[in-house]
Amino acid sequence: MASALMKGGSAMAASAITAGCRFFAGYPMEPFTALLEGFSQQMPAAGGVCINAESEIEGVNMALGASAAGARAATGSCGQGIALMQEAIAEAALNELPLVVFNLARGQQDYFQATRGGGWGDYRTIALAPKDAAEAVEHTQLLFHLADLYRTPVLLYGDYLVSGTYMSVDTSRRDYGPLPAKDWALDGSLGGTRRSRVIWTWRRGKTFDPGPGPDLHWRAVADKYAELELLEMRHEALHTDDAECVVVSFGTTAPFVDYVVEELRADGVRIGSFRPVSLWPFPGPALARATASAKQVLVLELNAGQMIDDVRLSVDDRSKVVPIGRVSQDHSGLKQGDLLSVEAVRERVLAHLDRASAPA
Amino acid sequence: MTEANVQFVDTSRPPDEPSRRIADFKPDLLDTEDHHLCPGCGHPVAWRLLLEVIEELSLEQRAIGVVGHGCYTHIIQTADLDFLQCLHGRAPSAATGVKRVHGDAAVFTLQGDGDLVNEGLQETLHTAARGERITSIMLNNGVFGDTGGHMTSTTVVGQRTKTSIDGRDPAMHGYPIPVADLLCHLDGAAYVARGAVNNAASVARTKKMLKRAFEFQMAGAGFTFLEILTMCPTGWFVPAKDGGDYLASSMEEVYPLGELKAP
Amino acid sequence: MSSTRGTVVIDVDRCKGCELCIPACPPAVLVMSEQVNHQGFAYPLLKPGCTGCRACHDVCPDYVFSVYRFEREPVTGGAA
Repeated sequence: MASALMKGGSAMAASAITAGCRFFAGYPMEPFTALLEGFSQQMPAAGGVCINAESEIEGVNMALGASAAGARAATGSCGQGIALMQEAIAEAALNELPLVVFNLARGQQDYFQATRGGGWGDYRTIALAPKDAAEAVEHTQLLFHLADLYRTPVLLYGDYLVSGTYMSVDTSRRDYGPLPAKDWALDGSLGGTRRSRVIWTWRRGKTFDPGPGPDLHWRAVADKYAELELLEMRHEALHTDDAECVVVSFGTTAPFVDYVVEELRADGVRIGSFRPVSLWPFPGPALARATASAKQVLVLELNAGQMIDDVRLSVDDRSKVVPIGRVSQDHSGLKQGDLLSVEAVRERVLAHLDRASAPA
Repeated sequence: MTEANVQFVDTSRPPDEPSRRIADFKPDLLDTEDHHLCPGCGHPVAWRLLLEVIEELSLEQRAIGVVGHGCYTHIIQTADLDFLQCLHGRAPSAATGVKRVHGDAAVFTLQGDGDLVNEGLQETLHTAARGERITSIMLNNGVFGDTGGHMTSTTVVGQRTKTSIDGRDPAMHGYPIPVADLLCHLDGAAYVARGAVNNAASVARTKKMLKRAFEFQMAGAGFTFLEILTMCPTGWFVPAKDGGDYLASSMEEVYPLGELKAP
Repeated sequence: MSSTRGTVVIDVDRCKGCELCIPACPPAVLVMSEQVNHQGFAYPLLKPGCTGCRACHDVCPDYVFSVYRFEREPVTGGAA
């Protein structure tokens, strides 16, 4: 295990290449650009391809084509560019193509986009939200594995802190276990044998080998997501066993929350924190357990309230759930604003702890 | 002459006289002759040329097709080749990904004019500019056939469609885009040509150009492009038997046939 | 007839009556039937004089034709 000090964007690219990614296409957009630069610099030496695509739409479709051909392929952008990619992400889901999508988002935490998606049809996207660059390096490799295992698009939800922070990271290869062979991938070799392949969202198959058709296929895809939802929930909980108040946050907000929670714990406050590591599937059962004996569940996200919907759906008593975040932008509109600081987080938490009155 | 007066040849079975079959109903790569396309549609003729060329160049076990959305999409079911059916307009991008992974494959895209020039103009121009070594085939019938006959960016002035019911009028609908001409200006575009399938001579010339397009791809020359004018009598509001002449009189003037650029 | 150098097999029931083969035939030996096939379309009939040039096959959207050339004694020195 060798650690190196690397910028997050470069580290994720290195980690992806270690995982066998050999195709990347993207369009520069802050703060995703560091990842594109990382791939652009590192891919050629690894024998892979990095294309600076003419737009996000072309980038994701190039990656989709590379995936259809059997390669580990990825693309990415920030939320505004991910918005352009929604159709192709849905297409990959319904084509059952592995596709890794990096969202290195701007200041607003786009939880809805990551978990609800804007494509068509019944599909979900496994979305992991690392808390820092080091975890992002690990999630990068895990996502390539999950994409291949379930034949689905997957999303890494990061931001400028993940992309731009220099951290000591270990990009060596992780082994997540065996994977089925990609016998569905296109290479042309079965042409003329009456065993040639077609990748098509309607899955009607060939005249000599009919497929299930859109009804049965789309139902099967929906069933697949329902099954994997139960298997791929991930979370982290801190001091929740005896917590009277649990603060829920995700991504790079979480380390700020955890810092404040540790400080308040040292002052004797019975407070804990909960972080969904997988935004989808949302670790609802774990959150329910972690908040069962709490009187308050404070939700801190840098938006007008998105993850809070899933929090309310998961805890036993919705009236415990209180939003304590808000939209917070810096002057450039590219980064989180003044809410993302230990002082501001502590102030928000204390303000609501102070307001806590009789048990619900 | 009525049928009763003429001695017709028995065409129900092969001849008894010693003979050589010089053309079968369909190429081997086509699983079935049956399709749902309209009487007089030019697309099945283009399908046949594509599969004949792949067979004659022995590319069956190296060919990967990326197909857009239109009446022609049906080939992904009936042809015995690997296919990716992709989003409207995005075939050149998806094909870029395929070819970068399988550099020795014969990668081709098959799109209609609506798919390529309307939705996918950006993809086409950039893929050509990058010199991606694929063969891009556009079936140009100047209409969105699959949606029921609507105007595209290649519909010629005066052409009636459901969204230009009195005929395309530049004042209201602007002018068509001759995408092949645009591609010629791009250094990455190695071979740009136009054919048609409305008569036997054009069919023969189009097949030669299609063969050259694939040969140049396999030789690594760069992006190769063949536009094939096809008949859509249904979309054009003309009888099937007039489709060939209508193509010649309405489209060939705007889209002249021949090789526009070659290495 | 000495000008007949080939013939075709016509899959009558596959024809959709587009008539593109009629003007395509150089010796003009194809005519559309008066009867209709199972799809309700008229279909081509072959008069004597086919040269086996395969033009009908080449323009047909419905793969109706297969084409044969007779292995006859050549009139000049060349093969058919």
